[in-house]
Amino acid sequence: MDPARSAVRLTVREAIHTLSSCEDGGRVLSTLGSLRRYLSGAENPALPGEQEEFARVHFSALLRCLVGRLSPGWLGLLPDGQVEELWASFFLEGPADQAFLVLMESIEGAAGPSFRLMKMAQLLARFLSAGRMAAVMEGQCRQVTEPASPLLQETLLAKVVGLPDCLGNRLQRENLDAFLPQNYFPLLGEEMMRALHAVVDSLRGGWDCSVSFLSQVLGKACVRGRQKEMLGVLVPRLTALTQGSCLWQRVCWRLVERVPDRAVEALLTGLVEVAAGPEVLSRLLGNLVMKNKKAQFVMTRKLLFLQYQYSTPMLQSLLGYLATDSQRRPLLVQALKGLLETWGSCSAIRHAPLAQQRYVSKAVLICLALLGEAELQDSRDELLTSLMAGVKSRLDSSLPVVRRLGMIVAEVASARLHPEGPPLKFQYEEDELSREMLALAAPRPAADSPLEASPAVTPEAAETPGSGSVDGGVPQALLEGSGSDLDSDDELVPYDMSGDQELKKSKAPTYVRDCVEALTSSEDWERWEAALRALEALVIRNPAAAREVSVELAKVLLHLEEKTSVEGFEGLRQRALVAVVVTDPAPVAEYLTSQFYALNFSLRQRMDILDVLTLAAQELSRPGRAPKAPQCDPRGPAPPPGSAVAPAWRAVVEERIRNKTRRFSQGSARQGRDARANQFSSVAGYFFFPLIQHFDRPLVTFDLLGEDQLVLGRLAHTLGALMYLAVNTTVAVTMGKALLEFVWTLRFHSDAYVRRGLLSAVSSVLLSVPAERLLADLPDELLETRSWLADVADRDADEDCRMLAVKALLLLEKLRDRLLPLASP
Amino acid sequence: MAASPLPPPDPRFVLRGTQSAVHALHFFGGAKGQGQPLLLSGSLSGLVHIWSLQTRRAVATLDGHRGQCVTWLHSLPQGHQLLSQGRDLKLCLWDLAEGRNAVVDSMRLESMGFCRSTVLARGQRHWMLAMPGRGSDEVQILEMPSKTSVCTLKPEADAKPGMPMCLELWQAESSPRPLLLAGYEDGSVALWDVSERKVCSRVACHTEPVMGFDFDSQKARGVSGSAEKALAVWSLDEQQALQVCKTHELTNPGIADVKIRPDRKILATAGWDHRVRVFHWRTMKPLAVLSFHSATVHCVAFAANGLLAAGSGDQRISIWSLYPISSDSSTPLSGHVEDTEDGQELLMHRAEARTSRKK
Repeated sequence: MDPARSAVRLTVREAIHTLSSCEDGGRVLSTLGSLRRYLSGAENPALPGEQEEFARVHFSALLRCLVGRLSPGWLGLLPDGQVEELWASFFLEGPADQAFLVLMESIEGAAGPSFRLMKMAQLLARFLSAGRMAAVMEGQCRQVTEPASPLLQETLLAKVVGLPDCLGNRLQRENLDAFLPQNYFPLLGEEMMRALHAVVDSLRGGWDCSVSFLSQVLGKACVRGRQKEMLGVLVPRLTALTQGSCLWQRVCWRLVERVPDRAVEALLTGLVEVAAGPEVLSRLLGNLVMKNKKAQFVMTRKLLFLQYQYSTPMLQSLLGYLATDSQRRPLLVQALKGLLETWGSCSAIRHAPLAQQRYVSKAVLICLALLGEAELQDSRDELLTSLMAGVKSRLDSSLPVVRRLGMIVAEVASARLHPEGPPLKFQYEEDELSREMLALAAPRPAADSPLEASPAVTPEAAETPGSGSVDGGVPQALLEGSGSDLDSDDELVPYDMSGDQELKKSKAPTYVRDCVEALTSSEDWERWEAALRALEALVIRNPAAAREVSVELAKVLLHLEEKTSVEGFEGLRQRALVAVVVTDPAPVAEYLTSQFYALNFSLRQRMDILDVLTLAAQELSRPGRAPKAPQCDPRGPAPPPGSAVAPAWRAVVEERIRNKTRRFSQGSARQGRDARANQFSSVAGYFFFPLIQHFDRPLVTFDLLGEDQLVLGRLAHTLGALMYLAVNTTVAVTMGKALLEFVWTLRFHSDAYVRRGLLSAVSSVLLSVPAERLLADLPDELLETRSWLADVADRDADEDCRMLAVKALLLLEKLRDRLLPLASP
Repeated sequence: MAASPLPPPDPRFVLRGTQSAVHALHFFGGAKGQGQPLLLSGSLSGLVHIWSLQTRRAVATLDGHRGQCVTWLHSLPQGHQLLSQGRDLKLCLWDLAEGRNAVVDSMRLESMGFCRSTVLARGQRHWMLAMPGRGSDEVQILEMPSKTSVCTLKPEADAKPGMPMCLELWQAESSPRPLLLAGYEDGSVALWDVSERKVCSRVACHTEPVMGFDFDSQKARGVSGSAEKALAVWSLDEQQALQVCKTHELTNPGIADVKIRPDRKILATAGWDHRVRVFHWRTMKPLAVLSFHSATVHCVAFAANGLLAAGSGDQRISIWSLYPISSDSSTPLSGHVEDTEDGQELLMHRAEARTSRKK
């Protein structure tokens, strides 16, 4: 061994000496040629011992020397790039790890863009495209008996993963395509697959191998946020390879297991995202969650509770993975318990963003679908407790989406947990969300391969309505066709039948007083209904008569109950009340606002009061408000064409008049819109101040600051609307001041709906109160509000709140911009 | 089809003066080519008015039901004889020939119900009468004018269809056997073979009592209305089995009467919603909604020349002329009327009688 060693050392030292000093092309060539003997795979090779000695000790030094000699003149010593070719072959054929390290080292060491740097970069690109990276990784995998020093491995790892960054920094604009991360990492994935193939082959051949270097590369790439590129290449291949082979499965599990802890999360999220379904995930991961604490934490806590941006299929494959193996199923039960607890927790409902609540709800439903009867029964009490708490606090919420989630989950969960009991059924409108959620709750058919199952399910679901409509459509079209066919020979043209509407039997009262009487004392329900339907029009037509009984009428309407099922009762009552308020604003508004804080009203009635006040204020403040015709029922059919006929004859008559009339003035005969006083101006105070005064005084039956937060939210919205409608009025400043104070006291309210109301109220203050007065009278409030807005825009859990806050901030900015030009000159 | 539909039609004219709700209408005379018929109306106050459609006046009043509502009027094919059924449980036979207005015969009804009777002419002098019988679910068949009770049609014990609500006797052209269609309280329509006294077929058309129906024996198709919100069209196949073809949804519930025009083109319904609806008989396509009355329409009737009359609780009778019968070359609705017709003759006699009485 010794003589071989010294012989190699001698040769190499001589060669290096020659190379570093000699300018003669022929000698350089022959020296390089002689050194090539030591590379594996060269013709007439040196002894294996010598080769090993060369690779182990001298190769790096030689490469460094070669890099050092690199210059245009040196390469030009012989024509046709013979030197360059020979030079490059050392890098491409020699031991890959050393070549790679020297390459990277020289590239990093280069001062700036230069000939050498470009040459090296091109060589590196060749190195990559020649598949030498696989050799680098393979080499690390084989060194089981004498592993490279951890430090060296660490360096290699950093260089392998950091290659795009390094090259990008060095080459700046001259970077090559191969080094761009979006190209490099898929390539790295491919190379890793090749390395894995080699590992598997050598394992089959009985050689020991370790995949830990590969794991580290994978982990590091994932930590750098390149999961998509890497796993996009690896996962489909591995999915296919692990299908039939235990060896591949074990290699794959090992690969995932050896990933360092800090990379586990990045890798797992990537894997769960890319893997097509729970079975694939299970094949790729094995029982990782049971072996690795970190993995368990990521899979059962982090992905479920802390993050919520992932898609539903991903959630399904994650939970499905937990469900596929009996060892992992306890984890699923555990997860369900945790999920239900979070789902039901009062503070989570209040503080978690809606998207997260939706995510957790979906996870709960998926868990329920995956778990079996027995498992659910075992922990039924615990689950039911958190479910009940959750349903209660969800139904309490003032946000419809939160309530809806509560209803859906409660229905499904109670059906699963309590199958023997009567089914729980809420009334909610079906929409996209509810359909999606309910689809999740349906247990998935036990499909062999989710790859096939999931696409099969989706198109089927999508097609069903289509095919159904086709089925239903054809005979119908046929029927109609045949019908019209028969008709054609008959020439019986139908008359206009649009007047054919539902008949109301009893005659509508013609006087407001009759209505009041009918509504209060009538036992004749048709008369009662007719009175209710006629009331709005009557009030608008006879304001004087309505004014005489306005407060009484408001009282009657406010207490009116829907004793019979009248279609559109709420709307009728509301419109009638609005008409009454508009007819006689001051006393009626005074009455209604006083009733808002009175005892013995239902929340519904209180909210009705708010709605009516808002609508009436809107009506009063409408510019150019003429005594308008009664609104027709918005749900009802379009106005009968009889009314459409009228304009036709009117047009004809007007045309005739125009033709026969001679005008002496030029220009259009159009009149400008007549300016009229804002009728809301004089009565805004009656609407606003009584409402804002008493909100902090709880009654026995009504506690705005307590649990009746829904009404508080509505109140905030109403006050905002009233403020907005009071634009250009004299009381606006006082109102704005009061409103800002109101907002200030409630600004940290825990209910998102209330906060939204407050934010919109702030916006309407900014819109309605003149800018000068705002700054002159309310500077402190404004500053405080501003900081609060900034805080909300930054941190609020509710997305709408953040948006509203940003809008208000923009208004504030605009206000400042408007004032500054005034102040600056 | 025109871009904008025709505006809803107005009545051709209106007959006022019954001074109580109109419950029965019947066109008298005026068969094809014979000019203007007379219109008979029966009112809630028990009077039968005879209207001239030319002068639009009542030419005579018959008082034979002691102030009780007249529910059915029908003229017999031979002579000037009129049958009227009243809520005083009497069926009167009037002789109206030559200005007379006397009750020549009367018969006691056994049923307190609202069911109208029906008549089938059999030969020149004989006719068959079907009327509600003594038992609440029975129909009695009499041979007239002898008033011999031929049979009583009683549904099987387990059928329980309730009271008969409307009846129609008819005879298929192919066979001489009289058949009876009956609408029952439970919403079903049954076909009776009178000679065998058994139900050939029964079909549930409605969920509410059948209030009126009409049958087109040529097409073997009938239409029925009930208290509910739909019309039912049913048909009779060769095996004499009834089956519902389709139902037609209405805007408002309640149909008091249904009539198919003699030319089988259109049909009219009398609605509780004060409206008369006109449909294309073959397709059941809605053609018109006649809204003129301000109270329930109780009855509709078609004249042979296509005139439509509707009698209502608002004491008025509206006369409409829609979709004139095309095969008729002369326009019977506005045309000149000859003097030699049945109705006209009757009218003349009436005028004479009145003048002579005045003298």
